Amino acid sequence: MVEEASQLNRLDPATLQPKVEVRNLSFYYGDAKVLKNVDLVIPERRVTALIGPSGCGKTTLLRCFNRLHDLYPGNRYEGEIVLDSAVNILDSQVDPIEVRMRIGMVFQRPNPFPKSIYENVSYGLRVQGERSRSVIDAKVEHALKNAALWDEVKDRLKDSAYELSGGQQQRLCIARALATDPELILFDEPTSALDPIATASIEELMSSLKQQVTILIVTHSMQQAARLSDYTAFMYLGELVEFNQTLTLFNHPANQQTEDYVKGRFG
Amino acid sequence: MQGSLVGVQGNIQRRQFWSAVFAIAGLLVLLVAIIVLLALILQLAIQGVPRLSWAFLTSFPSSNAEQAGILSALVGTGLVMLVTAFAAIPVGIASGIYLEEYARKNWIASLIEINVTNLAGVPSIVYGLLAMGLFKYAFQLGESVLTAGLTLALLILPVVIVTTREALRSVPSGLREAAYALGASKWQMVWDHILPYASGSILTGIIIGLSRAIGETAPLITIGALTFISFLPPSPFKSDFPFLSFDWLRSPFTVMPIQMFNWVSRPEPEFQLNAAAAGVILVALTLLMNGLAIYLRYRFRKGVKW
Repeated sequence: MVEEASQLNRLDPATLQPKVEVRNLSFYYGDAKVLKNVDLVIPERRVTALIGPSGCGKTTLLRCFNRLHDLYPGNRYEGEIVLDSAVNILDSQVDPIEVRMRIGMVFQRPNPFPKSIYENVSYGLRVQGERSRSVIDAKVEHALKNAALWDEVKDRLKDSAYELSGGQQQRLCIARALATDPELILFDEPTSALDPIATASIEELMSSLKQQVTILIVTHSMQQAARLSDYTAFMYLGELVEFNQTLTLFNHPANQQTEDYVKGRFG
Repeated sequence: MQGSLVGVQGNIQRRQFWSAVFAIAGLLVLLVAIIVLLALILQLAIQGVPRLSWAFLTSFPSSNAEQAGILSALVGTGLVMLVTAFAAIPVGIASGIYLEEYARKNWIASLIEINVTNLAGVPSIVYGLLAMGLFKYAFQLGESVLTAGLTLALLILPVVIVTTREALRSVPSGLREAAYALGASKWQMVWDHILPYASGSILTGIIIGLSRAIGETAPLITIGALTFISFLPPSPFKSDFPFLSFDWLRSPFTVMPIQMFNWVSRPEPEFQLNAAAAGVILVALTLLMNGLAIYLRYRFRKGVKW
């Protein structure tokens, strides 16, 4: 109980810088309103988890943060997602490419490019126009070290990324996202296609990364949210039902639906 | 209990019987098709192969059947294919990329898509008529290698466009999203990722298109290809600056299938042998191109799996 109290104190929202503020966000696939007036604050350099049953809109919400919905016709946003209290990234004046240069993403299934390990990690730098070989080399090494993959691949950077195991491929995708020094990384159920050992190594990696980068993770596993995150948002039917520090949300949920979900009464 | 089991067996046997009937019928139909094809090729080879020689490949046509060769037709086919490839490949791939990746998905796009697919089925003689009006008279390109190459390029353009689109579409969306999520622009996504991953299938489509073009006769006769040519187009290389010459583009020409057609229409049986020999070369060229297509697909597929 004492430990819990000190942890709560450390995570007091008043002492934390908000990295992103979601204000009254609604999202439409055509005429279907799949996100309903979501308000949410993502604290800087912390892990925030989005949980909820299948179809509750958590992945849809995540993909608003790097405007991936722009790639498909018929999608529409309403409301704001404000980065660093300064810029609404949903503003039509804001180029989604700029948003994606600052906000990285790791997908549900490992999706390395069918190219070499080195080319995978350096790609984000190359699209931004970085030409200096020494700068790219240094950043690739740094990103692979941060993704806890360097020791396994340093002697075969020219090999195809497809020769790596599933867990290694996912860490490669994390290194690829890290290489451009993003301020926020979005994780979309990053371990759902991996075995338990690979899952553990990815979770360990995410915990270490929050020292340097803000993390927003969608997960279908409540245990994973409890293990990893400092804050948790529970979503249901496109609405944000409850948002709080993870310990509070799991131990003392304020809302009946949240309590039913975290106690496993539905899902 | 026993009775019902026997009943089930009878039921299964009835269904297995019809399965076997179809397997046998399918095999028979397949054998008929293959045997007819093999017989045709074999007949061609038996007639043509003895006539093949180095002299046959390096001689001009002649009124004397024993001295006649396919040099001008072979060179003509090569040059026309060169023009066809240079015209059809960039235009076809660019159109495919635009339609698949850039164009808005609305009714105009659907209309264009349906028409491109239909164009692939238009009889080749119609392309010949179009080319006669457009290239030969309107653009004043004459009865030249350039006109022929552009005509065949039009003919295979739909094939190149359709295969390019299918190849691009088969790249998993996870790879597109990965590139976009790193801040790539649409062109960077296409050029760095989708196009290289699809290149094996695109190349296959191009080669299949070219191997259709290499056997085309009707549209080239329509634009006025000659059937008897005893000189070569001017060389594309020259000794003085800029070392390249494009005079060959305006040169009159003949191609392999037209040379064959010309020999077949002669009364003397010796010329029939010449036609068969030229046919062997043409079939060999086509098989070689299709073999190359299969090899390229295999090579590109080996590095890329998803």
